[in-house]
Amino acid sequence: MTSSTDTAPSSGPKYPGGSGGQRPPAVRRAPRGEPLRRRSFVARNPSILWFLLALSLFTLGVTVLAEATGTGLLSTSFIKTLGKTLCLCLVAVAMDVVWGYCGILSLGHMAFFGLGGYAIGQWLMYARTEQIVMGNLDGQPIPATPQEISDAIGTQIFGVVGASELPAIWAFAHSLPLQLAMVVLVPGLLALIFGWLAFRSRVTGVYLSILTQAMTLALSLYLFQNDSGLRGNNGLSGLQNIPGYENTPQATLSISFFWASAAALAIGYVALAWAVSGKMGSVIRGIRDNEARVRFLGYHVESYKLFVFTLSAIVAAIAGALYYPQAGIINPAEIAPIASIYLAVWVAIGGRGRLYGAVIGAAFVSLLSSWFTGGGAPDIELGFYTVQWTDWWLVLLGLSFVAVTLFAPKGIGGLFDLINHRVMPDREGDYGPDTGSWRTEEGTEEEPPR
Amino acid sequence: MRLLTFLVVCLWLPVVAAAQDLQSILQTHAEEAASPSRRTVGTMLDDLAASGLPGVATFLERYQDRDVVQRAGDGLFFYATKSGDTYTLSDISTGEEVGTAPSSEITEIRPNGGVRREIAGTLVAFQLSDPDIERRQTAVEAIARSPSADQLAPLRTSIETETDPALLARKRQLAGILAASFADSTADRVAAIESLSGEVSVEVRAALNQILSSSTGVATALPDGNIARTFTPGSDLTEAEAYDQLVEEGLALPAPTRADIRNALAANIDGGRVGGVPVARLDNDETRDQAYGALAADGIVPPRIGAAEQSAALSAHVFYEIYDEDDPAITDAARTALSEVETRVGMGQMVDLSLDGLSLASIYFLAAIGLAITFGVMGVINMAHGEFIMLGAYTGYVVQLFVPNYTLSLFIALPLAFAVAFGAGVAMERLVIRWLYHRPLETLLATFGISIALQQLAKNIFGTQARPLTSPGWLDGAWVVNDVIQISYIRIAIFVLALIFLALILFILKRTRLGLEVRAVTQNPGMAASMGINPDRINMLTFGLGSGIAGIAGVAIGLYAQVTSEMGSAYIVQSFMTVVVGGVGNVWGTLAGASLIGGLQKGIEWFNPSNTLAAQTYMILFIILFIQFRPKGIVALKGRAAGD
Repeated sequence: MTSSTDTAPSSGPKYPGGSGGQRPPAVRRAPRGEPLRRRSFVARNPSILWFLLALSLFTLGVTVLAEATGTGLLSTSFIKTLGKTLCLCLVAVAMDVVWGYCGILSLGHMAFFGLGGYAIGQWLMYARTEQIVMGNLDGQPIPATPQEISDAIGTQIFGVVGASELPAIWAFAHSLPLQLAMVVLVPGLLALIFGWLAFRSRVTGVYLSILTQAMTLALSLYLFQNDSGLRGNNGLSGLQNIPGYENTPQATLSISFFWASAAALAIGYVALAWAVSGKMGSVIRGIRDNEARVRFLGYHVESYKLFVFTLSAIVAAIAGALYYPQAGIINPAEIAPIASIYLAVWVAIGGRGRLYGAVIGAAFVSLLSSWFTGGGAPDIELGFYTVQWTDWWLVLLGLSFVAVTLFAPKGIGGLFDLINHRVMPDREGDYGPDTGSWRTEEGTEEEPPR
Repeated sequence: MRLLTFLVVCLWLPVVAAAQDLQSILQTHAEEAASPSRRTVGTMLDDLAASGLPGVATFLERYQDRDVVQRAGDGLFFYATKSGDTYTLSDISTGEEVGTAPSSEITEIRPNGGVRREIAGTLVAFQLSDPDIERRQTAVEAIARSPSADQLAPLRTSIETETDPALLARKRQLAGILAASFADSTADRVAAIESLSGEVSVEVRAALNQILSSSTGVATALPDGNIARTFTPGSDLTEAEAYDQLVEEGLALPAPTRADIRNALAANIDGGRVGGVPVARLDNDETRDQAYGALAADGIVPPRIGAAEQSAALSAHVFYEIYDEDDPAITDAARTALSEVETRVGMGQMVDLSLDGLSLASIYFLAAIGLAITFGVMGVINMAHGEFIMLGAYTGYVVQLFVPNYTLSLFIALPLAFAVAFGAGVAMERLVIRWLYHRPLETLLATFGISIALQQLAKNIFGTQARPLTSPGWLDGAWVVNDVIQISYIRIAIFVLALIFLALILFILKRTRLGLEVRAVTQNPGMAASMGINPDRINMLTFGLGSGIAGIAGVAIGLYAQVTSEMGSAYIVQSFMTVVVGGVGNVWGTLAGASLIGGLQKGIEWFNPSNTLAAQTYMILFIILFIQFRPKGIVALKGRAAGD
């Protein structure tokens, strides 16, 4: 709950908000009757400028060091890793908006990410297979009929699951614009329907988390079936080959995708930052802090939640659509519930309730994770036992995650508060929507560690 | 030669003594006995069977096994065992050894396959009334394996003298099955078939299906015979299938497929044109048909049989299914009986499915009951609950490494698993969870961190491959009600375990001091504290109790599934579903939730048994929808304990 000293009484406009979870910068109170002087969106959120500056410097640095555009100090596969990391940062930002700002701990956001990947993967796979099939059919004495072409594509794509017909969900796969629309529409509609069902029956808190987890589990189990129409557990593969750019070296493709990912992150960051600022941002954070009170104030809480949930699902899907052409393969394991929990872990470690925190968390943990599991970290000799990080990394991650939750709930992003000398006001419910158990109301024994 | 005479005399003595004995009967039929043929051996077998002599069965068996020889000198029959060049002879009545003979004097009797079947038929009658029950059972099972017409009479005869009630029932059942197929008159068979309609066994179904065996055919007019049904192309079978059948029977010419047409066109390209059509224009079916038609008109390729010709050919023929059995009365009776049997089988499967659902429900219940305490009663969401299940299972595995007796090790493992998981739960509560009581979403994440750490730790210690947790011998096997309904003992044991824990939890929560304090702390910790209850201690104990039960569930689950480091995460979502669907904070709710989820999953699997993935998908979708209508679960608690 915001302290009432800052807010204008109901006759004036509500305070314009600040970046999430933080005390809004002191607004000069206008004398009664005079309109409140509003500063520009960027001026109210200086962190956006800093973030964009850091992102463009990073992009510039990588471009200079890349193989295709610069010195070639960074390998193509590392550029791909960096590009993928930027996509993960984008989905983490989307996650932070629903969780850190709106208080919905969605354990199903990687489902939207994966659906976006599947949607773009369908086009990539179809277009590429079509080229191969056309190449094969060109040698035939008789030109092929459209039916023969589509049969051949079907056999080529679905031979691995013992089918040969293109299912109905591939109806738009031949067209890039239509399939790009699917990237947004399919996850958006899923989020809209799921969110509408969940929010209207006022499922909140951990129940909602479990429900979203069930949704992603159901989706991944469905996709694991061979007759799901998306090649079962084989998934879609060969996505790194972009049709029309066969002769472009992977080095060029990787840096192009890196730029695209960086641009998407920048645009997504600004768009989401704009969405959670201003009056709507205040309402959204109000919902996080005390949903019932916002509802009593006359806001239609469900609509706000649904908007935020669907918007972030769409952003997640776009991130997925950029991620999987760089990863090259997508299969249902990517949608398994564990992936979404890891997303929550990144956001929590980075510091939720601030968008740059999500970016830092996703980049830091996913890069560190691939460094440890890729065998990059040196083994530790203990004399009686050798700690091999490929085995022990998850133990370390799990325990450090517990430590962050217990001792540094603000995450890595909290360090910036030290630079800023910004002190968090002591408020209840700062870290989540649920004031939770009854203990705090009836004489708590302990204060939450700050 | 003197020795031989002596032998003859010795052998002749008992024959003289008993006028009617085995040897004398054989001597009456000496020719058939020495070189038996399928047609002639019958009279001898009948005489032997009618004689009622005690050695007949043994004789027939050894006769069948080609152990009987005839001595050339006097034409007498002996049992013989060959060693080197000499035979050791034994008397056929007494079995006593009577001497040896060189192979030159001995003719081995080698009944052929047909004869041996005849012998076996006669032998069955003896075996069916053999005093030894095991031989009677063997004979009955032999009949069940390969039923034939001639076994019916001996089987019916032996029923009258059968003393063992179980075997008598089995014989009656078998006689019914045999009569349905092999009785002489139609009326007898129909009666027998009707009496089978109360059975569900696989044998009965096989026998009825055998009677109803049929073949499909196609002709210009319906043939005489017992027609099962006729097919109409287009509705009962597709026109393409019907036409293929016509082609197969040689009643129509094969229609060239699209691929045939393409190949024919490719083979007949003539100066960039096929049948007058430029090759470049052959990229659709119409022009291809046109070009092919031109080729066919020139007689280069077989004619393309269009849809009109195909349907004309189809309507000129009749497609039918004809029974192998000629008598419609019998097939009608068999059909009625089979449909009744199938109804019963369907009901049996329903019961079987319910039992399966019940067993799955008890597994979910065991996995979720601990969660119902920690999540339901305390409101703490513990993502590491699945890892406590894993911990319990690995405890059971380790105990088995040290205690080789499976029964004993199971009884050690159960309390030990409880202790280990209890300890882990208390440690986690003390170290992590109590700092997060007012931040439930963070509890979720922190316990998830513990969960991945524990999982990886188990992987590091025990490896990634599955570890066995062997159940004791007395839990092997299954309780078989009939051919349709059966359930393994291990699932019954898990069901019993679930019942015990339901009772235990209810007892602890409702009847003990601890339960009272738990409920008090749950409802109002401040008030409870002011009444002298230490909420910290109660929270710790409650959490330990929930975790400990997860450990025991781990042992139970490990007994029927494999112990891996990921076994916990396989149950965690379902467990939360169970608690949420059932209604938080209520043990009965968990029971209802587990029953709903277990029953539902089996019910959906029933529609599509091959696809358990789809069953799980639809079940989760159902749960998501279910929560729309009952957000607080089946059993909704009123008041603050419901987590409002």
